[in-house]
Amino acid sequence: MRDTVLSGGFEDPPAQSARAFRAALNALARPGRIEDLSGAVAPAPASPAAATLILTLCDPETPLHLAPGHDSAELRDWIAFHVGAPIVEPAAAMFALGGWEALQPLARFSIGTPEYPDRAATLIVETATLSPAGARLTGPGIETEARLSLPETAAFRANRAAFPLGLDFFFTAGSRLAALPRSTNVEDG
Amino acid sequence: MNDYNFAYLDEQTKRMIRRAILKGVAIPGYQVPFASREMPMPYGWGTGGVQVSAACLTPEDTLKVIDQGADDTTNAVSIRKFFETTAGVATTEHTRGATVIQTRHRIPEEPLTEDQILVYQVPIPEPLRFLEPRETETRKMHALEDYGLMHVKLYEDIARHGAIATSYAYPVKVEDRYVMDPSPIPKFDNPKLESAAIQLFGAGREQRIYAIPPHTRVVSLDFEDHPFEPTKADAACDLCGAEHTYLDEVIIDDAGGRMFVCSDTDYCAQRQAAGHHGRLSPEDAA
Repeated sequence: MRDTVLSGGFEDPPAQSARAFRAALNALARPGRIEDLSGAVAPAPASPAAATLILTLCDPETPLHLAPGHDSAELRDWIAFHVGAPIVEPAAAMFALGGWEALQPLARFSIGTPEYPDRAATLIVETATLSPAGARLTGPGIETEARLSLPETAAFRANRAAFPLGLDFFFTAGSRLAALPRSTNVEDG
Repeated sequence: MNDYNFAYLDEQTKRMIRRAILKGVAIPGYQVPFASREMPMPYGWGTGGVQVSAACLTPEDTLKVIDQGADDTTNAVSIRKFFETTAGVATTEHTRGATVIQTRHRIPEEPLTEDQILVYQVPIPEPLRFLEPRETETRKMHALEDYGLMHVKLYEDIARHGAIATSYAYPVKVEDRYVMDPSPIPKFDNPKLESAAIQLFGAGREQRIYAIPPHTRVVSLDFEDHPFEPTKADAACDLCGAEHTYLDEVIIDDAGGRMFVCSDTDYCAQRQAAGHHGRLSPEDAA
């Protein structure tokens, strides 16, 4: 057990986190685009993409929520050792990690305030697969339209309706990453 | 470069800046507060842009830095050297060969591609600041989407000068929500704010980061009877003959002699290399 907790970080943090950030930036700035993201290995069931994203964006200043299914002693220890993020309840979380069902209801997470819409949670949603098919996406970052396999569409339409408040989503599957910011219009495919 | 962490900043600072950039991208045009650091250059020399660039650069990037369109002015040269020293990245003066471009007050003439990031140095990020000095109030105005004051300002321009006299840092509305200061670029450049590249804005002293994702709707504020007009000097470049570029006016003697040259030095040099010439080209002068 100790092995999986103490290993799996970056070997070259400045370069690896820079490349990982660029993948995350590209994914978020171009909703629907699927990027490769790997480098960190966290205890199961966290995917390499999710582990890398957490290692790149989280630190002791970012309260993190682990949804049921991801809230294991091993993963908590891995995060404590590599990241140092406090593990918190949804209402206090800046980041959250888990499967789509486990993260529900989304209303528990902060969507920011009208004066500080940036103070909203970023959810890292683990999915089995990611493919450029399914829900139709339009909005900033998308020239005409994009397609992305999403777990549903109603929740994202409701999220968009609250703009500029709202949650921002990363989707991770294995070592693949996609994102859906609050600004994207989502329609059934 | 062994004396520095990659790209100068420590990793925790970069994470903080990266989180701010991502929120900025998610809320186009909204100014995200961030904990701006002291940099080894004074405020006003692009510390905001430098911090954003430092957070974005990877070892594989090729960096271009321009100041008013020029690659060879003090600010551009020193920032380029800063990243050569602290990040060891490749640098270029060619817009087409760059993956990250840091800019002060211009957008390159060459259309940017989706593989590029344009980082702006921003002095005053708040477009309403000179109309309302209190941050508490401007924040509320953005929250309520209350931009009447900005239209009054543009209207007063028309009442006083007969036209909208604002010629740089011309306010825009991003994705029909936030009014944003595009930094002091000439309004000639405003149409280029709708781009395939990711555009990031960093204000170091004012501690704000904001962003325009690719293909985002950016509308320059105007009135139906006084539509927005990108303007430039009514002349052609005296070195490359271009009539479609933004020009600098240069005084060349003490008898009132003057010339116009492209402010984008790389673009002008490429045109000259391709055989274009203007009124004062060396060939003509010879």
